[in-house]
Amino acid sequence: MEKFTAFTGTACPINQSNLNTDQILPARYLKWTRAMGFGKILFHDLRFDSEGREKPDFPLNKPAWRKSTIIVSARNFGCGSSREAAVYALYDFGVRAVIAPSFGDIFAGNAVQNGLLTATVTDEEAAEITGSLAQMPELPVTVDLEQQTVLCGNRTYKFKIDPIRRMRLLNGWDDLELTESYRERISTFKAQDKIKRPWTLPREQL
Amino acid sequence: MNQPQTIIDKLWRAHEILRRDDGESLLWVDRHYVHEGSFHAFGRVAERRAEVTEPGLTFGVADHYVPTRGSRRNIANPELARMVRQLDENCARHGIKLFGLDDSRQGIVHVVGPEQGLTLPGLLIVCGDSHTSTHGALGAYAFGIGASEVAHVLMTQTIWQKKPKRMRVSVDGILPPGISAKDIALAIIASIGADGATGCAVEFAGSAIRALSMEGRLTLCNMSIEAGARCGVVAPDAATFAYLKGRPYAPTAAAFEQAVEAWSKLATDEGAAFDHEIALDAAKIAPIVTWGTSPQDALPIDASAPDPRRESNPDRAQYLREALDYMGIAPGKKLTEIAIDRVFIGSCTNARIEDLRAAAAVLAGRASKVPGLVSPGSTLVKRQAEDEGLDRIFREAGLEWGESGCSMCVGINGDLVMPGERCASTTNRNFRGRQGPGARTHLMSPAMVAAAAVTGHLADVRDLLDGRKA
Repeated sequence: MEKFTAFTGTACPINQSNLNTDQILPARYLKWTRAMGFGKILFHDLRFDSEGREKPDFPLNKPAWRKSTIIVSARNFGCGSSREAAVYALYDFGVRAVIAPSFGDIFAGNAVQNGLLTATVTDEEAAEITGSLAQMPELPVTVDLEQQTVLCGNRTYKFKIDPIRRMRLLNGWDDLELTESYRERISTFKAQDKIKRPWTLPREQL
Repeated sequence: MNQPQTIIDKLWRAHEILRRDDGESLLWVDRHYVHEGSFHAFGRVAERRAEVTEPGLTFGVADHYVPTRGSRRNIANPELARMVRQLDENCARHGIKLFGLDDSRQGIVHVVGPEQGLTLPGLLIVCGDSHTSTHGALGAYAFGIGASEVAHVLMTQTIWQKKPKRMRVSVDGILPPGISAKDIALAIIASIGADGATGCAVEFAGSAIRALSMEGRLTLCNMSIEAGARCGVVAPDAATFAYLKGRPYAPTAAAFEQAVEAWSKLATDEGAAFDHEIALDAAKIAPIVTWGTSPQDALPIDASAPDPRRESNPDRAQYLREALDYMGIAPGKKLTEIAIDRVFIGSCTNARIEDLRAAAAVLAGRASKVPGLVSPGSTLVKRQAEDEGLDRIFREAGLEWGESGCSMCVGINGDLVMPGERCASTTNRNFRGRQGPGARTHLMSPAMVAAAAVTGHLADVRDLLDGRKA
């Protein structure tokens, strides 16, 4: 995975709490493969009407925010379904960071697996950033994972991220390689566990 | 003396292979359930030219894309057929036992696991589906994961996790008649919010939880993800052991006794500390329905929809306006005056035999004023319901009796609520467009859905009981 450090981009505010993964990527697209291009269906039903026309009021459709690489949102972003395709859609659209006061646990886990940063700020800070962007839509925003800061205009905000997730993004770690390095300890655990908890194995069935 | 521990600590410790200095733990996975949606993960395995490391601990279930109507042997829609076939092929290639469409035990993964005795107390269970929290009802540590993690589990039978905070939700007292586990779940979510348990593993405790049947506990733990919880768990007790005894994949004879001994030690120790504690009085819980677009938008049925004009917080007022607007509900409207277009009884939340009985008790001898679909939680539940004559009650009321699958809860098999239509539903998510683009969903218990069907609007099931048991 690519290492995440710092970048500057356009940030799109979507001021809705509980923006769940069904909104980020509607379920009917879950049978798509990634090669089909999840970016074009990001936020599909919020972005397009039933005829497939853009909804002009949706922030991502406004001229300044059409190529955003950062989303700023409200509480509980990415709650709901575990669909990782919600992260694929954000990433493939070009989004590299989501700034919000809180995130769904499964979404945040999926994000780190795909190099998408989830930066946690307070409700007030999210509202302030959203406010700044409403006034100056093209204001460049810098997200620095090393420093754990969001720079927006002349304000710098310190964001929170789980230190483990931060390390993973900074190093671009691959879970599987990491796990592979513990192969022996896994085998030992498995052997001991079989004796300690023999009842865990499913009964043989035809 | 050892420090007293919560059930969450005990479950965690039993699966911790190692803990790194940064605080992340590698956990052993006892059961891994896969479904049609797991194709991304199988693709990852293929890319790496890897194998499924523990096919004997991995079980496949066809549920998300399966039709509930028409032929299931020859699926008419080629896309659905392809999704189901893909799972067949992936399971066959890796030697994974599959409960597919030709299996009489097929159903929704979160119904089949407990039903088959695959889900046991003390296990760590994962599945690429957020409602995996359901299995915590038996005292398992069970949570939903994404495709990358599914691939990781397929290849290593382990998962990296950071230990969550521990929350205890205690519900004490006696539930009034007509009130079910779904009402408890919605009451909790309304009280703490859709992110009230984010970052937490939740133990449900208290006399009202102990008094719930296993099926009620499954409903409750199922909904814990709707409060943001990593997982929900109920300590295993005599009811759990009685439920499991004789289930096909559960241990038998001496092995069962040995297991019960181990399971009995899982309960939270006296004096163990939780990071958060919440208490609810069961006697005060009324039948609850949702009015908005998040499960936290839930109110007792005798209440009225909120009025944004009475809300002093402008952000909150805006939230209410948008939710009411999507739902097509006038501010302040009495909930019982909201007319519905259709009902759905099904899903991993509320499609077990007790759920179907509760709905049938209200519907017996009555007609539904709106069309609707009943999709049993599993093919075995379907057969049992038919043996009990419940299918006749549903059919005579005018509802459709379908096959088992995720169906209209997520709509990807083609069972959809039409744009603008209002559906009283036993499912778990009233998100915008969840049951189809433009669909309006009201979540409630099976008995409450039956009450809505009979009256044609959201209704208080207690007025329809007349001594019936629901």
